[in-house]
Amino acid sequence: MTAARRARRDVEDLLREAAPRVLAAVVRRFGDFADSEDAVQEAMIDATRQWPAEGTPESPVGWLVAVASRRMTDRIRADSARRAREERLAGEPRPGPGAAADDTLALIFMCCRPELSPPSAIALTLRAVGGLTTAEIAAAFLVPETTMGRRIARAKKTVAAAAEPFGLPAPEERAERLRAALGVLYLIFNEGYAASEGPELARTELSGEAIRLTRIARLALPEPEVGGLLALMLLTDARRPARTDGRGELVPLDRQDRSLWDAGAIAEGGRILAEEIAKGAVGPYQLQAAIALAHDRARRPEDTDWGEILALYGLLEQVSPGPMVALNRAVATAMAEGPDAGLVLLAEVEPRLAGHHRLHAVRAHLLELAGDGRGAHAEYSRAAELTASLPERRYLTRRAALLAGGEA
Amino acid sequence: MKFMLLQHYGRVEGDVPPMTEWKPEDVQAHIDFQLDLNAELRERGELVEAQGLTGPERAKIVLATDGAPAVTDGPFAESKELLAGWRMVDVESEERAIEIAARSSEGPGPDGVPLRQQIEVREVMGPIER
Repeated sequence: MTAARRARRDVEDLLREAAPRVLAAVVRRFGDFADSEDAVQEAMIDATRQWPAEGTPESPVGWLVAVASRRMTDRIRADSARRAREERLAGEPRPGPGAAADDTLALIFMCCRPELSPPSAIALTLRAVGGLTTAEIAAAFLVPETTMGRRIARAKKTVAAAAEPFGLPAPEERAERLRAALGVLYLIFNEGYAASEGPELARTELSGEAIRLTRIARLALPEPEVGGLLALMLLTDARRPARTDGRGELVPLDRQDRSLWDAGAIAEGGRILAEEIAKGAVGPYQLQAAIALAHDRARRPEDTDWGEILALYGLLEQVSPGPMVALNRAVATAMAEGPDAGLVLLAEVEPRLAGHHRLHAVRAHLLELAGDGRGAHAEYSRAAELTASLPERRYLTRRAALLAGGEA
Repeated sequence: MKFMLLQHYGRVEGDVPPMTEWKPEDVQAHIDFQLDLNAELRERGELVEAQGLTGPERAKIVLATDGAPAVTDGPFAESKELLAGWRMVDVESEERAIEIAARSSEGPGPDGVPLRQQIEVREVMGPIER
């Protein structure tokens, strides 16, 4: 890497860390979220032009707040009706240091309003809190930059229309808003984790971004489910190096080279999960993290404690029932008690998952375990027809082909 | 110049069974071929995008009506005519687009025999005539 490129990358990292603090400071001073967000983006673009060549200012956050505020003032000045407000705002105190995590969390809540659709909330969070440019977000989601720009603009309007004062949501709606915010962070993580083709780098960074934001959120809000989500992300992301082969093809859990798993991430995820569970309010993210940990702990597939996993799915079904959880419990049952027991459960779930490829993929797997090659072949083929994931279709087609070949 | 190289279900020379009936190594060879071609086109700066569509089983045909839209669910009798996927390439000439289409048509089928799949080559309209 050349010195110039390194300098540019350092500046980009710095900017992304600074972004939420700067935006929070500007929103606090001027109150207008949509305009503030534009002003901060413009200030960040100025910084990417100036800093690599002229050096980073002593206080990057201060510099960005000053530049963004100047832009806001220019806008306000242009609008003479707002002049009075400008004078009033000039006298307000600047935010003190140490509020970085609180600012980030407040912005996450702001960008994850329940009335935004998930794609809009994701895009707005990545830009306003993650400090990614519209072009970067567009590249990650494979849509034209203008389309992404419009999506973000519309999302900003929705946030502005809600006219919520900057800060944490009111206590009576905090739980629901937290669920929405964690849901968006998890979706961002999954967008990155599911990536296997195309602009891989851009997509992989989404997972890293989700982990970074969840980490900061946990500093500001030590609720068990925030840490539970962070643990789930770390424990899942730990397997990334083994999850695809050199060609980007999916490698299922039982065939992954476990020596490639990130032991550091597993240790950290396990530690965080233990801390959260000790707090005594177990929720779905903590349970999913516990299941991920049970897999991560097994050195070989045959060492997996399926009894424990089955018990955890049982708990998960109680706190967060749904057909996908029931499907996963059927798999765990098959592994713990034999394929026939799993197939019985699967038949119970079937009406709720008609036409879903996962139902057929799971049945194929269980039939294969039960020694019914012909039935498994038919179910793998059906799952391959129904999936909307290209890597998964390739994987399912190969599994179907393996069974067809074995019978010929 | 941008071209769409369109691939349809079933427009294949001879009688080829569905991929799930192939030998595993043939499936792998076909997938590798397509991925290699994408990588090569990306490397040359010619690939705009390569996309596959979900299968005919998930297809729907929609027609506007006075009330609710009329939706017909797949699969359809004429499934073989449905689009399976496409590559969009940005190349210097039509000759190059045809060359790429011919390569893609050669993707290996059972026992490594080229599938000779029909590829529809369509130039994408742009702001200026070239």
